[in-house]
Amino acid sequence: MKFILFLSEAIIPIFIFCIVAAGISRKRNVYDEFVNGAVKGLKTVFEIAPTLIGLMVAVGILRASGFLDFIAEILGTIFQASHFPAELVPLAIVKMFSSSAATGLLLDIFKESGTDSRNGLIASIMLSSTETIFYTMSVYFMSAGVKRTRYTLAGAMVAAFAGMAASVWLADYIL
Amino acid sequence: MNYLWAGMILIGVVYGAFTGNLTAVTKQALNSAGEAVTLCITMAGVMAFWVGLMEIAQQAGIIRGLSARLDPVLSFLFPDIPKGHKAREAIATNVVANFFGLGWAATPAGLSAMKELKKLQKPEDTDASDAMCDFLILNISSLQFIPVNMIAYRSQYGSVNPSRIVGPAIVATTISTAAAIIFMKIRRGLAK
Repeated sequence: MKFILFLSEAIIPIFIFCIVAAGISRKRNVYDEFVNGAVKGLKTVFEIAPTLIGLMVAVGILRASGFLDFIAEILGTIFQASHFPAELVPLAIVKMFSSSAATGLLLDIFKESGTDSRNGLIASIMLSSTETIFYTMSVYFMSAGVKRTRYTLAGAMVAAFAGMAASVWLADYIL
Repeated sequence: MNYLWAGMILIGVVYGAFTGNLTAVTKQALNSAGEAVTLCITMAGVMAFWVGLMEIAQQAGIIRGLSARLDPVLSFLFPDIPKGHKAREAIATNVVANFFGLGWAATPAGLSAMKELKKLQKPEDTDASDAMCDFLILNISSLQFIPVNMIAYRSQYGSVNPSRIVGPAIVATTISTAAAIIFMKIRRGLAK
C-alpha cells in the first residue's frame, strides 16, 4: 500500500519529465506544441462551463430543498448491511447516465463532507475508475446503427460494480 | 439529460416549498452558479497545462508508438478482428487516448472503431457483433492513468493532497478493467 501512496506523489512529476524529455530528444519545438495544446484545453473548459453552471445550480437546489438528504435516508436503510455509504448511492446511479451530472453531485459531496473524508475519497476514486455506461452505449451504438446491444450492458455493469467495490476498499485502506 | 435536469430543478423547488426551505433554495441557486464559474477558472489552468503536455506527447509520436505496441493485446482481446484491419488501429488509439485522459481524442477514435467494426458485419445486420460489445465494455471500464479532472476538483475544494487518489484510482480502474476482461472471456467460453 505504501507503494500506491508513493505512486500518487511521484507519478505526475515523473510523467511530465518523461514527456518533455521525449519531445526535446526528438528535437521538436516543445514550447510551441505546448502552447497549441493549451489553447485546445482552454476551449474544452469553456465549452463545458455552461453545462457545469446548469448542473451545479440544479444540484444546489436539490440539496438546499432537503431532497437529497431525504433520498439518502431511505437508501441508507437499504444499504446499511453493505459498506457502501448511503450518501453516495445517488452519485453511483447518476454516474451511469451522465458524467457532468455526476460531477455536480461529486462537488456537493466535497462541500458537505470534505475532499479527504471517507465519502470524499470513495467518490473521487469511484468516478475515476469507470465511464458513463448509458451515455457511452447510446452514442457509440447509435453511430454504428446498432439496434440490439446484446450483453454489453451486463458486462459494463460487472465492470462498474467491480470499480465501486474496489473504491470503497481502497478508500478505507488509505484513510 | 433533458428530463434529468428539469426533474432536479422541479423536484427541488416543489420539495423545498413543502419543507419550507425556499429561502435556502434561492440562496443556493445563486451561490452554485457563481461557484461553477470559480471552478471553471481553476479547471482552465489545469486543463490547459495537461492538454498542452499531451500535445507534446502526441507530436513526439508517443501516443502512436504506444498504440502500435498494443497490437498483441488486441489479438488476445479481439480474436475476431483480422490482423491489419483499420478497426484495430482505431481501438488502440481510443484505449491509449483514454489512458492519458484525452477524452476529446478518444471519442472520435472510438466512433471510427465502431464504424470499422460495422464493416465486418453483413450490412443488414443491426445486432451488435461480439467485437462491438467487447470493445464497448472495455471502453466503459475505462483504463485511465491520471484522472486530471478529479485532481483539479479536489484542489479547488481545499484538499490538502489532491493527487492522493492517483495511486488508488489506478488500482480501482485496473480492477474494473480486469473484471471487464474476465467477463468477456467467460462469455466467449460459454458461447462456444
